[in-house]
Amino acid sequence: MSVIYLDNNATTRVADEVLEAMLPYFCQYYGNPASMHTFGGQVEKEIVRAKERIVSLLGISDITEIVIMSCGTESDNAAIHGTLESYPHRRHIVTTKVEHPAVLNLCRHLSRSGYQVTELPVDSEGMLSLDELRAAITENTAIVSVMYANNETGVIFPIEEIGQVVKEKGSMFHVDAVQAVGKIPLNLATSSIDLLSLSGHKLHGPKGVGALYVRKGTRFKPFMIGGHQERGRRGGTENSGGIIGLGKACELAEAHINDENTRVKALRDRLEKALLTSVPNVRLNGHKAHRLPNTTNVSFEYVEGEAILLLLDSHEIAAASGSACTSGSLEPSHVLRAMGIPFTFAHGSIRFSLSVYNTEKEIDTVIRVVPEIIAKLRAISPYWKEATAKTKARGAGQPTRKAAS
Amino acid sequence: MWNYSDKVIDHFMHPRNVGVIENPNAEAEVGSIACGDMLKIQLKVDDEGIIRDAKFKTFGCGSAIASASILTEMIIGKHVDEVAKITNKDIAEALGGLPEEKIHCSVMGRDALEAALANYRGHTRKTPEEEDHSKLICRCFGVTENKIRRVVQENNLKTVEQVTHYCKAGGGCGACHSEIEDIIDDVWKVKAAERCERPEKPKQLTNIQKIALIQDTVEREIRPALRADGGDIELIDVEGDKVLVALRGACAECPASPVTLKGYVEQKLREFVSDGLHVEVVSQ
Ligand SMILES: Cc1ncc(COP(=O)(O)O)c(C=O)c1O
Repeated sequence: MSVIYLDNNATTRVADEVLEAMLPYFCQYYGNPASMHTFGGQVEKEIVRAKERIVSLLGISDITEIVIMSCGTESDNAAIHGTLESYPHRRHIVTTKVEHPAVLNLCRHLSRSGYQVTELPVDSEGMLSLDELRAAITENTAIVSVMYANNETGVIFPIEEIGQVVKEKGSMFHVDAVQAVGKIPLNLATSSIDLLSLSGHKLHGPKGVGALYVRKGTRFKPFMIGGHQERGRRGGTENSGGIIGLGKACELAEAHINDENTRVKALRDRLEKALLTSVPNVRLNGHKAHRLPNTTNVSFEYVEGEAILLLLDSHEIAAASGSACTSGSLEPSHVLRAMGIPFTFAHGSIRFSLSVYNTEKEIDTVIRVVPEIIAKLRAISPYWKEATAKTKARGAGQPTRKAAS
Repeated sequence: MWNYSDKVIDHFMHPRNVGVIENPNAEAEVGSIACGDMLKIQLKVDDEGIIRDAKFKTFGCGSAIASASILTEMIIGKHVDEVAKITNKDIAEALGGLPEEKIHCSVMGRDALEAALANYRGHTRKTPEEEDHSKLICRCFGVTENKIRRVVQENNLKTVEQVTHYCKAGGGCGACHSEIEDIIDDVWKVKAAERCERPEKPKQLTNIQKIALIQDTVEREIRPALRADGGDIELIDVEGDKVLVALRGACAECPASPVTLKGYVEQKLREFVSDGLHVEVVSQ
């Protein structure tokens, strides 16, 4: 099937090179890396190589700062639990309203078992206020957990500035970088980040493997308690194939990061510009500049996101929406709600997230198809006629970009 | 991804009867863009009560569009009395089924049809909510107690999750979950009580027994159903086999009340009390 895949923030295609690197570790070199024989020991060597590739992408060199996890979610859970357990007298967590559920639902869960949680708000462009952050952190704050880049809007938080505030206040700093790793250059060597989460399947690696960076000297207690694997910081026999795949994916990401920030970004910009100019009553969700190079999130007024996705699907275009109907919940995405997107736009959001595998031709197709789809749905929408009337009154059918309230 | 039937996909991709009718003799709007879906339906009904045309516009997801589309096909060419019997289940079945989370789309279709028929019969209301004065339970989606009772009863619902799937109540902040649980318990407690306490229809009733049983049936069986539609009924007297009642609220003005009376009230009383009963309205 020749699907036009623009849902890379959900998951990515495993790179051919990654699969190739992994395959021998299932049927051929299946030994346990902890074993006292060469057959297992040779796997351990490859795991070390994989970790070297992971730290290299993060701009550091010490592989003991990496703890392998089973996914991004586990990495987030391990970071927060591991810190809370290390600072048992601190009972406060600071996070944001726009985190992935892996962090947000965990914090809400913890708030029911005695922790105090502050969820920082964001403005209409999805940005945080450093002053509000500073005011939120107290001596009781064990951990500040803030995402690097938002999965829905691609908005990038000013992580180093945030880190400075956190360090001034003497709290631990966790960053969910699941969407950032591989898409933008990171340099943890000069960073104030204590803990950082990443996930393999977001950067053309396999599903079911992730990692937690734990800066040397950071207090940490294991979340998954078991054997002595990962230097006692995460029990469980190593997912050798997965780890080796993640290592290869990190190596490729390092090689492609320039392409991602030039060619992929140009494709994204072209798509975004075309949609914002060819369709009336459309808006961009999220800060225009502080954004991942691959992501665009736009809302089409008076139409519903799931309906758009289904019509895109009929053209074999895969995208995502923050509409209620797609999330299985009944309300639009918590991220868009936190940004205060006007409700006439909130249900009609579409996220296109690109990768290095996307081509000009694919983007051309999307640019051609989307306006037709929106027009078709607006012809069915009871709200549309009044809306056009409003647009006309304001100025001859110009695309309106209402500011978020 | 939702597992939609071919029929849903067909009606979504090629919706029938989209548009507006120039001079409709009935119309209704249910839902709102803030709640994520809205349906506007218009009818052209001829002098015989046959629906000659139906058109819709909807803001909503794939199954909302498909539900509205198939509904128009189900009612065009039919008599208003006949289409009044269409339930949300009928709509979902006509679509070859809907995912459970999407049942509320078929309920929205039913609500719109019902409101349009009420509008046709001379009510000014365009939305079913306007005459529902029961307690507001779900503030996120504006769902009242009556509406919840009704979906629970009609669709045999047992959990809060199901209620959310059918009418959205409880799908937002979740603060009303325990109230919804109470309503579910209440509906089924009443039902269970009926089942236990309803022995075979008594063969020989004394007058006192008969009156007590009529009273009981009106309270338990008939009033809740009429109240769900914004109406009410009061038992005035029993003279032999003649049951005198007064209709209140929406029922009092409703031109369909003769139908309600014979079709529903009398039938219920015959079912629960005695075959010989007949009902008459007194204006009080
Ligand atoms: C920002 C963010 N954090 C965490 C996760 C969870 O990662 P995983 O799916 O590997 O558990 C995701 C993936 O959706 C994400 O986008």
